[in-house]
Amino acid sequence: MEALEILLSASFWIATIRIASPLIFATMGELLCERAGVLNLGIEGIMTAGAFAGWYTVYAGGDLWLGVAVAALTGMMFGLIHGFLTVPLGLSQHVTGIGTTLLATSITYFIYRVLLPQETSPPKIDPFAPLPIPFLSEIPLIGQALFAQTPLTYLAFILVGTIAWILNRTPAGTAIRAVGENPAAVESQGISVTLVRMSAVAVGSALMAVGGAFLTMSAFNSFFFEMINGRGWVCIALVVFGSWKPGKALLGAILFAAFDAYQVRLQSVVGNVVPYQVFLMMPYVLSILALIVMSRRAGYPKALMIPYLKGER
Amino acid sequence: MISNKIEGRRDLALRLSGITKRFGTLSANDNVDLSLHKGEVVALLGENGAGKTTLMNILFGHYLADQGEIEVFGKSIPKGDPRAALDSGIGMVHQHFALVEEMNVLENIVLGTENLLAIKSQKNTARERIRDLSSSVGLDVNPDAIVGSLSVGEKQRVEILKALYRGARILILDEPTAVLTPFEAEKLFATLKVLVSEGLSAIFISHKLNEAMEISDRVVVLRKGRVVGEKITRDSNPEELTSLMVGAEIETPEISAPVLGEVALDLENISTNIPEMRINLRNVSLSLNCGEITGLAGVSGNGQAALASLISGTTQVKEGTMRIFGEIPERWSPKVAVSKSIARIPEDRLHTGMIGDMSVVENIISEKYWTDRFSRFGFLTRQASEDFSHEVIKNYDVKCPSIETPVRLLSGGNIQKLILGRVLDESPLIILANQPTRGLDVGAVAYVHGQLLKARDRGAAILLISDDLEEILQISDRISVISNGRLSKITRRGELGVKELGALMTRHVPSSERLNDAT
Repeated sequence: MEALEILLSASFWIATIRIASPLIFATMGELLCERAGVLNLGIEGIMTAGAFAGWYTVYAGGDLWLGVAVAALTGMMFGLIHGFLTVPLGLSQHVTGIGTTLLATSITYFIYRVLLPQETSPPKIDPFAPLPIPFLSEIPLIGQALFAQTPLTYLAFILVGTIAWILNRTPAGTAIRAVGENPAAVESQGISVTLVRMSAVAVGSALMAVGGAFLTMSAFNSFFFEMINGRGWVCIALVVFGSWKPGKALLGAILFAAFDAYQVRLQSVVGNVVPYQVFLMMPYVLSILALIVMSRRAGYPKALMIPYLKGER
Repeated sequence: MISNKIEGRRDLALRLSGITKRFGTLSANDNVDLSLHKGEVVALLGENGAGKTTLMNILFGHYLADQGEIEVFGKSIPKGDPRAALDSGIGMVHQHFALVEEMNVLENIVLGTENLLAIKSQKNTARERIRDLSSSVGLDVNPDAIVGSLSVGEKQRVEILKALYRGARILILDEPTAVLTPFEAEKLFATLKVLVSEGLSAIFISHKLNEAMEISDRVVVLRKGRVVGEKITRDSNPEELTSLMVGAEIETPEISAPVLGEVALDLENISTNIPEMRINLRNVSLSLNCGEITGLAGVSGNGQAALASLISGTTQVKEGTMRIFGEIPERWSPKVAVSKSIARIPEDRLHTGMIGDMSVVENIISEKYWTDRFSRFGFLTRQASEDFSHEVIKNYDVKCPSIETPVRLLSGGNIQKLILGRVLDESPLIILANQPTRGLDVGAVAYVHGQLLKARDRGAAILLISDDLEEILQISDRISVISNGRLSKITRRGELGVKELGALMTRHVPSSERLNDAT
């Protein structure tokens, strides 16, 4: 019975939305890349780089929003590396993506050690503070969760709508979806496939980096190694779970976050009988099950992972 | 009316001059000149592989020509830039439609016509324009339908609308009737006539004579990448165009009379059912005797692939009986085929013939590495495979730096010699030679033909599949034509000439059957 009461506590819902926020940013970023036909396995490393870049900007005296911008630019830079190798050069997207992750992660750790050689425990910054919205945040149960979060969380939700709008209502979105399905059709209409794919990967990677920065600038207040901890890989799965649609991917992110928030609370209820590792495992096991159920009929972009080289016979 | 257009050279819409394009050693286009006048329909006629599509892809900027100039309405346009081609007023209806199946008609048409940085697509305005356009030229399509749900005929209309929506004044149609039912084809012709009467110019690519005769004012014939003839349609006739297409009457070299042996391979009422093939075999009977070359002519894509796949063991018989030296094989696989002494010269030498990244020696034993000759207790016997490789390289005059060189670094001709050596050195009894000289230069072609004739004189049964009629006529002892998965009656060498065979290859197929094939 206590296990069910968790669902009725406001703190559970607040934690769910907070855990979901970085996943939403990064999932939207990955979704954008994949809709354009480029798998971006650089996500894990790009999130790491973003987490560090944003946090360090603030630590060095920058404004919080400047930190977000620097994180986005850092992500974009790694995105351009991944994009250059996979789009105009047409290299394997899997291999390049893993390479990008290794590169971004290692460079980040290296720079961290160069910039902060003396620190034994990571220094702290003043992160984004919650910004409660009057009246709405008073709603019982979900008011605090949805309307008393930090500005970055609000931004994450706005982003989902924006991405959906771009994909479905704008000429650029039509071009992005088209290069993900049939790049030859796009070229025959006079649009450069390379330009569209590179732009999508650059912007998508910027969003991933902001997702990473959320962790150091909103959820926590410092940067430490291994803090991304597989969140990037989860986002890859969330894109599949959401059938490459922003709205469904958002639901997936919230669901995953809810599992995560629930297991922490469940540990204190039945933790004395079940080893805690089982709880840590739960969100991942449930994601795998959800993926099996949801992605059976997933309509993946037809040209995903297929390089398009002009004039190739 | 037509003659005015042709003689009055004032209104030139398009001029291609000196276009040359090579893929490796193969010249797909060799110094091609082509002109098109306002309100004129030019049919670009030629067999498969004559270079028609390559030429149009160059015009449209998909390929970059090695040499040559493109002029549209008097202005030279940059090469290799589809955007420039579109902006100059060229519209292309691709043979394999350049459409996004998952999106609707409207999105497909509007793609690329709006500013990419706009905040919102002006879909309502576009919908109105498409409706107006489609009703004014009689191209009926629902703008909100998902393209993937449309019939091929409708998809083609979308392709044409795409071009017209951008204000195309020159329309290029690449084999537009290949996918259409006869009824749809008639509708297309009617639409084209309306468009042309309104001042549009068109290039109509085809390998079907009757269509070219019906729709065009002028015919340009391509063969092996070169323009071999240019005729005013009404002053020409199908016979003349056929001989231009397939080449002048070919001299058939004197070859010795075949010495017939026993029946090696016997196909009786065979049908296949290979889902991924558009055309399967239908009730095919054919028997190959030792000591004879049987030539199978036909426009490619008429069931040759299914037949080759059956004989090389990658496909099972669905109906009918296949006997090899009188026996029906219990199991049928590529390995069984190899062990029954069937030699395979595959159509695509780097795709199904050799493994490009592996070495010469590995490729040479790749069909037989498991035999006692090349392995012992599951380990390769290095010496045997090296000896065999050196033997093949010497006997078949393969030019390669070493037997450890990756095969993809060799020229097409040398790769083909390796394939020949690999299978012929073992004196096989049945040889399946599928397009054995495709893309080879004259010298290599003569060499391959010589080797095939030698194998025949040694007593092998050879099936030569080729879409090069010249080749078939030169070295076959008897000839059959495959069309739509069926074989024609077999004729002896010299009985039929180019024209008659050409007619069999491109003969009109009854409409009911074409409908079936489209599904």
